[in-house]
Amino acid sequence: MTTQIAPRRKRKKMHKDRLLLNIIAYSFVALFAMFCLAPFLIMISGSLSAQSAIIVHGYTLWPRDFSTRAYDVLFAAPDVMLGAFSVSVIVTASGTVLSLLLCSMAAYALGRKNFGHRNKVAFVFYFTTLFNGGLVPYYIVMVNHYQMKNNPLALVLPGLVSVWNLLLLRNFMKNNIPDSLIESAKIDGAGEFTVYVRIAMPLMVPALMAIGFFTAITYWNDWFTPMLFIDQEQLVPLQYKLYKMLNTMNALAQIAARSKDFNMPKLDLPGETIKLAMAVVAAAPIMFLYSFIQKYFVKGVTIGAVKG
Amino acid sequence: MSKRVSLVHGHPAARSRASRLARTHSYSVFYAMVLPAFAVLFAFSYIPLFGIIVAFKDYNYRDGIWGSPWSGMKNFQFLFRSGKLGLLINNTLLYNIIFIIMGMVFAVLLAILVSEVRSKWFKKIAQSATFLPNFMSWVIISTIFYNMVHPRLGVINTLMKALGEAPVDVYTKTGIWYWLLPVLRIWKTAGFGSIIYFAAIMGIDQECYESAKLDGANVFQEIWHITLPMLKPTIVIVTLLNLGGILRGDFDMFYQIIGNNGLLFKSTDIIDTYVFRTLMRTNDIGMSSAAGFFQSLFCFVFILIVNLLVKRIEPDYALF
Repeated sequence: MTTQIAPRRKRKKMHKDRLLLNIIAYSFVALFAMFCLAPFLIMISGSLSAQSAIIVHGYTLWPRDFSTRAYDVLFAAPDVMLGAFSVSVIVTASGTVLSLLLCSMAAYALGRKNFGHRNKVAFVFYFTTLFNGGLVPYYIVMVNHYQMKNNPLALVLPGLVSVWNLLLLRNFMKNNIPDSLIESAKIDGAGEFTVYVRIAMPLMVPALMAIGFFTAITYWNDWFTPMLFIDQEQLVPLQYKLYKMLNTMNALAQIAARSKDFNMPKLDLPGETIKLAMAVVAAAPIMFLYSFIQKYFVKGVTIGAVKG
Repeated sequence: MSKRVSLVHGHPAARSRASRLARTHSYSVFYAMVLPAFAVLFAFSYIPLFGIIVAFKDYNYRDGIWGSPWSGMKNFQFLFRSGKLGLLINNTLLYNIIFIIMGMVFAVLLAILVSEVRSKWFKKIAQSATFLPNFMSWVIISTIFYNMVHPRLGVINTLMKALGEAPVDVYTKTGIWYWLLPVLRIWKTAGFGSIIYFAAIMGIDQECYESAKLDGANVFQEIWHITLPMLKPTIVIVTLLNLGGILRGDFDMFYQIIGNNGLLFKSTDIIDTYVFRTLMRTNDIGMSSAAGFFQSLFCFVFILIVNLLVKRIEPDYALF
């Protein structure tokens, strides 16, 4: 009890140096937080502004001439966006669940003291982060040997095992699951696999939440793998779709500008705001998930990382 | 365990071999648990790793990696003669060194200052805000970035105009990227990078600070003489891990922000973007695999040497 009262008393007569540090800390942290958030505010407000207002005044932190025209155009043909959206959801969900299963099971084995070869095996995993073949052999093996061109498996399988996440989980399990608990379960007749499912998994939940979020983010944000392997429109996930649409946007605008030569109805696309609206659509699920998972970060990540 | 060993009689060597066999057998359940993860790693990391020999081959599609004829060092000769390698290495190293140093300084600074903040809700909101950019894809960021630096509409140039300065088109200027890219990088990674230092600070024994206070130290002396030394192991390990990829550039960032804008290659082309372009655009397997091989080997040898040096000086900090 006394320890809780002590700092409060100290705060009352704060020394000059601590006051100065506090002023620096609060202002620096507040400024940096605003610096981190401002671009997202500009993105959201831009997507909700009228194109004409942006062209006159430029982008602002607050929407000017509020308009949902960009979203209307974006979802005019909803199946295009929803198709890409569902590819992303399926890839992310299946990849994350499978990845957590594979990694936590391996992490459990590598964290058990009874596994005499654990360090050698861990190094076999770790080695791939030190030395790898690079893009070219990977691409050739994937396309020519595994037939992964336009194969949806290409979006899921290669990302299943992240060595960093695996080692983080192992450290978490080493630091947070007492050996005595596992041994007593084994004396009661449980096999290693049962111990993993019944005892280790529930205790690893904070780490699994954090690592699961990182894995999900990696899958959701991946635009590079589809760029390498996916040409078929119906297999393109959201991020790559966004990338492709952004790239063709300028070309489209040029075509639209020249379209008076042909007897085409004038398109009048709100190009700039559509881009931002697309970015919002691609970012929204992350922000949504983030608000739930965030509380596990410090608990789940650092316990595994610090005591390495 | 001990019961199983004691069942084996006879020569000590035979006994130890038998016990090793018995032990290996008892490990089989662990091996079974590691196997699925290893299978993925084997298929997507180790097999391509052997494919690295393609850099020494005259690759053709029909014969594949293994069947194509050897070409010795020809691919590397072409790469060196193209004169590209110097610029690529230069840019890749330069950016990575800036990123590692600036990233470390900002993350440590942020962690120390956040740990000084006493208000819980302020801390929580600030951390949520500073972590957020880390989870956004470079596709989204490049969209926003493009709109920020847009010469006519962008926020930055609106500000410049308000200050009476002439607007800048960053996509035509090379030098400015040595500043812009590190700022972007700090913006995206410093917040989340600080989490590990923050946790380390939380783990410091409060008694250290109490006794320093009794000795008459002010808070800045506390930070300099207690917090920073206590963060040293974390700083060293994070830096070592980063050094392992010293010649591996942030492809996502460079490709999304710069793209195939040839005007800017002088100050922004890195090995990874070069390898990608040469592979996908000109389909030049020889050149791109040679550059990739050089990159992998350089990183590998570099981290081995650094790790060896660290082991000599401070064995506790070595990675392996």
